Amino acid sequence: MTATRTTAPVSGTDGPARRADEAAPAPAAAPRSPLLRGSALRTTGFHLTAGLLSALWLLPIVLVLVTSTRTFDDIAAHGVGSWPHSFTFDSFRQAWVDGGQQRALINSVLVTVPTVLISLGLASMAAFALSRYDLPFRRVLLLVMLGGNLLPPQILLIPVSKLSEVLGIYDRLYALIGVQVGFGVGFYVFVLHGFMRAIPGEIQQAAVIDGAGPWQIYWRVILPLARPALAALSALSFTWIFNDLLWAITVLRTDSRMPVTASLIGLQGQYVSMWNVIAAGSVIAAAPTVAVFLRFQRHFVAGLNLGAVK
Amino acid sequence: MALIGSARRSRATRVPPVVLAFVLVPLLAEAFWVFWPALQGFYLSLTSWDGLSAPKFVGLGNFSEMVHDSVFRTAAIDTVLWLLLFGGLSAALGLGAALLLQQERRGIGFYRAALFLPVVFSLVATALVWQAMYQPDGLINNVLQAVGLGSWQHAWLADQDTAFYAVIIPALWRQVGYVMVLYLAGLKGIDPVLYEAARVDGATRLQQFRHITLPQLRSVNAVVLSVIVIDSLRSFDVVWALTRGGPYHSSELLSTYMYSTSFQSLRLGYGSALAVVIFVLAFGVIAGYLVRAFREAD
Repeated sequence: MTATRTTAPVSGTDGPARRADEAAPAPAAAPRSPLLRGSALRTTGFHLTAGLLSALWLLPIVLVLVTSTRTFDDIAAHGVGSWPHSFTFDSFRQAWVDGGQQRALINSVLVTVPTVLISLGLASMAAFALSRYDLPFRRVLLLVMLGGNLLPPQILLIPVSKLSEVLGIYDRLYALIGVQVGFGVGFYVFVLHGFMRAIPGEIQQAAVIDGAGPWQIYWRVILPLARPALAALSALSFTWIFNDLLWAITVLRTDSRMPVTASLIGLQGQYVSMWNVIAAGSVIAAAPTVAVFLRFQRHFVAGLNLGAVK
Repeated sequence: MALIGSARRSRATRVPPVVLAFVLVPLLAEAFWVFWPALQGFYLSLTSWDGLSAPKFVGLGNFSEMVHDSVFRTAAIDTVLWLLLFGGLSAALGLGAALLLQQERRGIGFYRAALFLPVVFSLVATALVWQAMYQPDGLINNVLQAVGLGSWQHAWLADQDTAFYAVIIPALWRQVGYVMVLYLAGLKGIDPVLYEAARVDGATRLQQFRHITLPQLRSVNAVVLSVIVIDSLRSFDVVWALTRGGPYHSSELLSTYMYSTSFQSLRLGYGSALAVVIFVLAFGVIAGYLVRAFREAD
């Protein structure tokens, strides 16, 4: 697990690598230009390559932002790919009000926030029990739970949609929350278990001597210590759940109940070739996760590496 | 030592009931929403069912039907091709980006963030962004026109020959940053002493890459492989949003075919059987992942 390590030893790789640039031409007694000019050239080359790559990567994002502020007439007259000849925020109003993105965004939040809280709550409890107590079959339990999360969701789609019908929650947001919690929890247990396992046993012993019960140890001792992992998983699971399409269209049917990802597909059908509205809808749908990413970038990257089994 | 040992033993003797509940509640939630439905899914693959009347048991009938189903064959081939192309390219490009951006230097944070940003977009939003670029009057055709390659212009998503590749590119655009982050962490974990020793021995950059970097990244490669295969077989959103598997099933994957068979044609038994095929394809990787997790878990 490289959870906390990812951000730390920056200078370790930096030092020798930079020395490499300077040392490389020396032993070969190369017909190279003087040292300084060589490294300056390299730096320029690097920034050119990396800058070009970044520009290429950001181009679609810039394009969608530009498209979302053009008028429909402009797009119809000049094409989606042309330079903008207009500027308006009206497409956002259309997507937000007429396109139902407002309702959809509320639905997304109503699903995502409880799902993140419930799954991490449940997962941290299970991880606590499995990592801090000698339960029978704990390794097997852990892997069974992880295995459930690795299943291709396709095998579950039909039964889950029928199950929610039987429960009478088909087409309700509860069904979406339920299946997202059930499907995600195994992975979070696995990651949190790896993290909690590394907390020294003495800390727990001290709490036991002070007369703390399991609940107090969990709530007062282990959970605060697991905060970095919880933060990383929160950032990560927020985007996963918020961005989900498959589960939403499996257990929901009514347009007004769809979360924002699924409603984008509806927008695509409703505003065919009105690219300004579709672009504005995409911007609205992407804004929350981009905000989470920019705000919690460090946790986010740590979270991706947390899940990596070595 | 003795103290830790006795602590271990006292932990072992008595597991408070609350702790059992801590495990059982999440386990039951998962059992209810995942394990039980999965078992049903396997059973349904042996039936013929329209979702209204009772499922009719047909044994392996669905699987023998697949043999003669040309759409299934297309979807299966496309899925494997997707796995190789999407998987291979995202691993190669992700590693390349990580190698390029591994050194801490001025501006590196911006470059990394630029490559990583698409990872946080939903695949649907990604698809719509690219759909606009792919339009006949969109950016890609305009650029081709501008650089004198006007004859290369295409209706990228509507053309059977290009739709599949046109769908892979947005998926790649989004995946490369993710793989890059995994490799960046892996590269950081390599002991710099190894490179210094290699340089003393006069190894070239390429030799260092082949004989130090690649072998040292073996464990990360295993992670990337699992992530890629599992993600590939799950790929659905981007195809669904861009082409729905069309035109004429030319960009059909098993996941999209499974969805349309089940929820549009309402052939739930056959759809379940398709899901079982996806499971079988993923099984090797899932098992490998679990074995590694098992070794790590204690």
